[in-house]
Amino acid sequence: MNSAAGRFKPGDRVKVKFEDRTGHIRTPWYIRGKIGWIERVYGDFRNPEQLAYGLDGLPKRTLYLVGFDYGELWGKPAGPKDKILVDIYEHWLDSDA
Amino acid sequence: MSETSADAHGHEHPKHELSHCAKRIYAIRDLLVEKGVISEKDIQCQIDYQEARSPANGAKLVARAWVDPAFKARFIADPKAACAEMGIDATALNEFVVLENTNQLRHMVVCTLCSCYPRPILGRPPDWYKSLNYRQRSVSDPRGVMREFGLELPDDVEVRIHDSTADIRYLVLPLRPEGTEGWSETELAKLVTRDSMIGVMDALPAIPD
Repeated sequence: MNSAAGRFKPGDRVKVKFEDRTGHIRTPWYIRGKIGWIERVYGDFRNPEQLAYGLDGLPKRTLYLVGFDYGELWGKPAGPKDKILVDIYEHWLDSDA
Repeated sequence: MSETSADAHGHEHPKHELSHCAKRIYAIRDLLVEKGVISEKDIQCQIDYQEARSPANGAKLVARAWVDPAFKARFIADPKAACAEMGIDATALNEFVVLENTNQLRHMVVCTLCSCYPRPILGRPPDWYKSLNYRQRSVSDPRGVMREFGLELPDDVEVRIHDSTADIRYLVLPLRPEGTEGWSETELAKLVTRDSMIGVMDALPAIPD
């Protein structure tokens, strides 16, 4: 499952693209346009946006575990250390360095 | 089409009682069988396979991890291989990640987009897991959800809510309850509830004799 490819590495700050696309999208709205960090690099997987339409989903895309703070997403604190983690594909992320 | 499907396929379900979606599913099924794409036996095999998967699988894995530190390390490093060791078929999972709870850290799992769930390990998800209520509240107020399951955590404990939006399926490895030293794996497995492996609660406490 390890991937040497991919633009981002753990600790990088990233911003989820704020785009409105039709089709089978696996990026939830509550994180679009939001800033988080790369928690983990999961490796390369076939693109579900294409697989849903019977296409082969190639080339594979790098999948990341991206972490977000509560203040960034919901504007209210939960427990002060609490975090939200979402599995996001590289083509939905921009660097926020 | 007949008034019931019983005469054609041996299933008892009067058509006038079915919901719109159920009627559509049965119609698709009947057509697939009629056209020879799948057989009734294929369907029954799949039902048997799905029904055989239950939280007992997860409980076995957790109990083994609690008593055997080397197994626990293998379970976290390569969960699918650890499942194979214990005769649990996790091959249907594309990727499988184990989230270990500690005294200072709890994990909770949701699929806000649909109902992704580690079915090979836990069987079918409960209805509440698939509900809009859980899918909305788990990411914005996980502690509120945990509270409803009886779990109240202090602020210095970190809660991590995982939204499984892609190919990864998550299983929470709950904390081993206090006072269970020397317990057998079978006894320990009884404390490992399905909900503790989703992460909305801890494992059951040991009840003194």
